[in-house]
Amino acid sequence: MGIEVQRVSKTFGSFKALKDVSLKVNDGELVTLLGPSGSGKTTLLRIIAGLELPDDDDKGAVLFSGEDVAKKHVRDRQVGFVFQHYALFKHMSVFDNIAFGLRVRPKHERPSKQAIKDKVMSLLKLIQLEQFATRFPSQLSGGQRQRVALARALAIEPRVLLLDEPFGALDAKVRQGLRTWLRRLHDEVHVTTILVTHDQEEALEVADRVVVMNQSKIEQVGTPEEVFHKPASEFVIDFLGNVNVFKGRLESGRAHFDTLAMDVPGLAHAPAGHANVYVRPHDLDIDRQKNGSQSLAANIERINPAGAHAKLTLLGVDGNEIQVDLPFERFTALNLKPGELVYVSPRKVHVFAPEYMI
Amino acid sequence: MSPLQETQSLNNQNNLETSVLKPTAKYIDWLSSLVPGLLITLAIGFMALFLVLPLLVIFIEAFKLGLGEYFKSFQDPSAWHAVKLTLIATGISLPLNLVFGIAAAWAIAKFEFVGKSVLITLIDLPFAVSPIISGLIFVLMFGLQGWFGAWLAERDLQIIFAVPGIVLATIFVTFPFVARELIPLMQEQGSDEEQAAISLGATGWQSFFYITLPNIKWAVLYGVILCNARAMGEFGAVSVVSGHIRGKTNTVPLHIEILYNEYNVVAAFAMASLLALMGLVTLALKTFLEWKVQQDRNTTLEPTLAEVH
Repeated sequence: MGIEVQRVSKTFGSFKALKDVSLKVNDGELVTLLGPSGSGKTTLLRIIAGLELPDDDDKGAVLFSGEDVAKKHVRDRQVGFVFQHYALFKHMSVFDNIAFGLRVRPKHERPSKQAIKDKVMSLLKLIQLEQFATRFPSQLSGGQRQRVALARALAIEPRVLLLDEPFGALDAKVRQGLRTWLRRLHDEVHVTTILVTHDQEEALEVADRVVVMNQSKIEQVGTPEEVFHKPASEFVIDFLGNVNVFKGRLESGRAHFDTLAMDVPGLAHAPAGHANVYVRPHDLDIDRQKNGSQSLAANIERINPAGAHAKLTLLGVDGNEIQVDLPFERFTALNLKPGELVYVSPRKVHVFAPEYMI
Repeated sequence: MSPLQETQSLNNQNNLETSVLKPTAKYIDWLSSLVPGLLITLAIGFMALFLVLPLLVIFIEAFKLGLGEYFKSFQDPSAWHAVKLTLIATGISLPLNLVFGIAAAWAIAKFEFVGKSVLITLIDLPFAVSPIISGLIFVLMFGLQGWFGAWLAERDLQIIFAVPGIVLATIFVTFPFVARELIPLMQEQGSDEEQAAISLGATGWQSFFYITLPNIKWAVLYGVILCNARAMGEFGAVSVVSGHIRGKTNTVPLHIEILYNEYNVVAAFAMASLLALMGLVTLALKTFLEWKVQQDRNTTLEPTLAEVH
């Protein structure tokens, strides 16, 4: 089922949690809402679920398959909602938790006892917890609890699955496992899914499309590849992974910073002015000598060689800190040591058209 | 570290460092073993004098003239009437306060609304106001000279110096018990589970009966027990509105007072022993429930099985 959010705003007291936000989610898609805390992502999710009502301003609307659901109560929207802290029913067994949504249906819609049992058992199989049916939530690990919460949400055959930081309370290893599992599950069940997260790695890994949010607005919508490699704004490049920032100038399509000048495609006709130049750590290369290409002199301060990339922290001559990620082979070939003077050359830079303040 | 261990380790240190301080350390050692003992003796003595002794006195006085006299005092019809009236007043106010209490706690814990803090303060009002004043409020409202006095008299309805007044006063005085017990618990639990239930298609009532109520059942029982004890034992407020009409508007506590004032000591203490017994049962139940709640809490907070799948 496709979901469309049209020009929705939400105000809590004097705080604007959402400002005129529009978003389209296609049928069967897995979309992540990514942003720092307070960016409005959870509010947007709760508005889609119906747990929160948008401001009543005639503009805003939430459509499920083209149908306005503004008047529909949460329980009639058929959404599967998964909470960050699981919200499992503590006094019920795993089986009863999952069966809850089926058992509370009005009599004429309720499946038979056997049908409920079959459904719950098939879901338990899906979440690989078949032997845990009689356990209580307190007897499960965090990851197991979240899987039960997911099965409980899936039991009502929701038209859309909404996950609010589902892995936020779990440790890194469990998170990673569940993330991959969720992606596989989605490929199996194909229910339209919206997942809220503040973890950029999680968002990029799991999603078909990523919605980057900041300060109650959507900054960019795109595939993980697009938002990472073609960030639309300074916020997006800053939020998605590490990045070096240089103060510079934009002039007739060239970015000037430090002693360098580089072409910036796409901004040839942008007005001249101050601009921040962003360079990803992996877009920087290091050489011992000046080698013709444009480069910055810098001193190696710290080296962290643990990982596929060696992470180097350099100090530019002007005192700027520069982060460089070198492929491990390159790092061992160069045999760099802290304190050495080296030359850093960028392969690719990002510059955003200066915003004029009035 | 207990004070004793502390001084012992202090003692050891002193032994190592210097022997000059040794007598002082010994003195501290002696003192530290004395002080806790002294305090414990004091506390136990105080409890015995002010809590256990009065309780014993009740039963000693009640049985002073033997079992026969003790049971004879219950044959008095006015005594039976007092017991019945107490049960009626409790029987009416308890379920009402149960409903009020749960409703108020539910509203306060799960929703945001204007006037919430005022409501919380109002719930505590019966605790803050002297019971005599609570009784007087009802006399001033429903008494013959009160606000609604004339209106009620016209319709031949009597509230003050009658059973309805006693019930009203009891409800007022015992109002906070259930709500007070539930509010912190429900606030702590939040409304995530209810939201989950409703997103799964449950109606408001279903989410209340299947989710909220099971989560608060022990606290509800606890509040009901306290409420019950207070309702049966309430003297001040009920005394003002009852009028002390023997065989008509006397509850057990009021009846005890009358008997005692008539120098009918054995009968007075026999009735008092009923209330005391009820108090002891309440205490036992309360202790059991506290243990039960604690156990429930332990099972929810207990560290989960290792985070391994």
